[in-house]
Amino acid sequence: MTKALEIKHLQAWYGESHILHDVNFSVEQGEVVTLLGRNGAGRTTTLRAILGLTGRREGSVKINGVEAITMATHRIAHLGIGYCPEERAIFSSLSAEENLMLPPTLKPGGMSVEQIYDMFPNLSERRHSQGTRLSGGEQQMLAVARILRTGAKLLLLDEISEGLAPVIVQALARMILSLKSQGYTIVMVEQNFRFAAPLADRFYVMEHGQIVEQFAAAELASKTAVLNELLGV
Amino acid sequence: MELFGIPMSALLGQLLLGLVNGSFYAMLSLGLAVIFGLLNVINFAHGALYMMGAFLAWMGLNYFGINYWVMLIVAPILVGLFGIIIEKTMLQWLYRLDHLYGLLLTFGITLMLEGIFRSFYGVSGQPFSVPSQLSGATDLGFMILPNYRAWVVFASIVVCLMTWFVIEKTRLGAYLRAGTENPKMVEAFGINVPLMVTLTYGFGVALAGFAGVLAAPVLQVSPLMGSNLIIVVFAVVVIGGMGSILGSILTGLGLGVIEGLTKVFYPELSATVVFIIMAIVLLIRPAGLFGREK
Amino acid sequence: MLKKLGYLAVLVGALAAPMFLYPVLLMKILCFALFACAFNLLIGFTGLLSFGHAAFFGGASYIAGHALKVWGVPTELGLLLGVVFAALMGLLVGKLAIRRQGIYFTMITMALSQMLFFVFLQAPFTGGEDGLQSIPRGTLLGSIDLKNDLTMYYVVLGIVIASFLLIVRIIHSPFGQVLKAVKENEPRAISLGYDTDRYKLLAFVLSAALAGLAGSTKAVVLGFGTLTDVHWSMSGLVVLMTLVGGMGTLLGPVVGAIIIIALENKLGDFGTWLATITHIEWFNTIGESVTMVTGFIFIMCVLAFRRGIIGELAARIR
Repeated sequence: MTKALEIKHLQAWYGESHILHDVNFSVEQGEVVTLLGRNGAGRTTTLRAILGLTGRREGSVKINGVEAITMATHRIAHLGIGYCPEERAIFSSLSAEENLMLPPTLKPGGMSVEQIYDMFPNLSERRHSQGTRLSGGEQQMLAVARILRTGAKLLLLDEISEGLAPVIVQALARMILSLKSQGYTIVMVEQNFRFAAPLADRFYVMEHGQIVEQFAAAELASKTAVLNELLGV
Repeated sequence: MELFGIPMSALLGQLLLGLVNGSFYAMLSLGLAVIFGLLNVINFAHGALYMMGAFLAWMGLNYFGINYWVMLIVAPILVGLFGIIIEKTMLQWLYRLDHLYGLLLTFGITLMLEGIFRSFYGVSGQPFSVPSQLSGATDLGFMILPNYRAWVVFASIVVCLMTWFVIEKTRLGAYLRAGTENPKMVEAFGINVPLMVTLTYGFGVALAGFAGVLAAPVLQVSPLMGSNLIIVVFAVVVIGGMGSILGSILTGLGLGVIEGLTKVFYPELSATVVFIIMAIVLLIRPAGLFGREK
Repeated sequence: MLKKLGYLAVLVGALAAPMFLYPVLLMKILCFALFACAFNLLIGFTGLLSFGHAAFFGGASYIAGHALKVWGVPTELGLLLGVVFAALMGLLVGKLAIRRQGIYFTMITMALSQMLFFVFLQAPFTGGEDGLQSIPRGTLLGSIDLKNDLTMYYVVLGIVIASFLLIVRIIHSPFGQVLKAVKENEPRAISLGYDTDRYKLLAFVLSAALAGLAGSTKAVVLGFGTLTDVHWSMSGLVVLMTLVGGMGTLLGPVVGAIIIIALENKLGDFGTWLATITHIEWFNTIGESVTMVTGFIFIMCVLAFRRGIIGELAARIR
């Protein structure tokens, strides 16, 4: 079965700054993978590089077997990727519902609006509010919800638990497990190790723009010493 | 009947002319604002493209015998296509640079367009007669209403409101508003933002071309008609701020009316009143009447 | 070392020039060179694009011209009045324009300049469409008779060199360093505690005053002042001169002024030459259309030649 995501020798620049130096990893269909690492390690840049949102890129990024390194961002999205950025990027000039409806359908099989409002009742109540008037937790829900509508099966989630109340973080964890059981492939960037640990099948650790460690969930216990050193947690 | 020593009919006549000018201000500042919002470029060429719209209508009539009504649709489309060519061949290379280069490029385009039209048609205006269906005037009792001028105001307001509706109430408009805020994110959702940018520029200048066709029978069709207008439109945009579509429309119409009234009561000030208002607005409310500080 | 030799060569050239070219043409070039240098102080070194500098240039020429012709003041006082007027206008325009940033700033300078254009158009003393004619050269400091073109040339050269040195001094001063900081990263300059608005305003006033000096001098040299000098196309012309020569360089505006004035004068001949080698009749008419050629050069420079002549040379030497 073709891998959902296959990255080889990926390098990326922002202008003159060389951020990613030879990144290599892959994600199987239906897997949940977490990118760990300190701030500045290049985790967000990796997600952005997959979508072509950085400056110059070199190497190979294969999405469901299709080489995407030279594609324009909007075409990469059409390969079936949903992106939830670190800053959430809720549009202030749109209402919550307009934000939800904005991303076009990329593939069949996305959640319907009713299903989304079932999963996130708060969003249903606040649908006509201006996007940025929602609380932090609601905006995070909205940011994830809108990519669930599109039919994208490969989700790139950047720090979705950041700055949220524990009860909401738990809700997000339940949501990720639910998506996983429905066959979604998820690449998560997370600082919050406690949040990511029970969700991921495999872990990659990044430092200075490269992958320096990788292990499966089963090996987690034996790797705590290494992680403490690498993450300074 | 008289008001402040001016006969009512004369006053209302000037008011209508003010609304006519205001309609042009509204349409041009609307196009300018939409383009600026998405492209971050101040399109100095807006005036020259308005002039081009008027000239296309004139050429259509005088060279090909195509009537005003057809040109009202065709000229804006042609201007829009021309704008798309400008965007694709020249403007798009400047987005990653300082905004001033966009202004300088469109300034250069303005000079070239005006220069070319001037070399063929000189500086004096070409006459353009009012289409027969709209000629003459209607007696409303308290004033004589020139039909064509009423049509200009009506058509402008309709087009402006249609533009407002599309931008504020439709999905396409949502793409535009979101793209203005965060174009990379919108692209990450799968929308072809570069194409949207090109089409937006085309649409903005098509609005200017449409205004040009409307203007042809009222003003004289001259290569200089755009540059006389564009700087006033800049002042309108500074006064209104570019944050809101309705704001741009209201400011444009309002300033046209104020200018018209000034012509009646203080004719010496009429050329400069918009700029004076701009100075006042800058002192009291720098972001503009409807603007968001940018 | 190379730089010093370059400046020396330019100086020698400037001193010797009247032997080869008409002094009046040279003086016109010098005045525009000063105008462009003054403008460059704002765009090249402070990062502010003013599209309304014609108001200071042309306005000062009207004031100086009127003072010399109607009030009969000595020439140096006439020039001073022009400069003071321009500085005052710079203060008013600057105060309003600086309230907004970036492109809004530029639009405001354009609009206010247009307002001044209409004021000058309607004011009787300017002579309206006919312009202000017969401005006397007068005598400088009571003793130097300026009616002699050669004498006038060296006086103008002196004025322009002094102003150029003043600009160099400003740029290399601590004040100039703050301007550079404002240009590169204004928020950071503010966070360091600088009241950037005040610095921008002072730079604006200096730029306007020097532009006024250029305009006043031009009025004395040519003997007349016209509406063209206060029209927005003049504002555009000085932008072009600076762009072609190299924004942010010291000699760039001078080079740009030389090229653009030469182009204006020789455009007709250039057009005829183009017509003969390409056999395209229409080239014969481009002499009439300075506007069109100016626009074309603008477009080419913005797309392909942003550093300007001196800028490109400087980049290659490095």
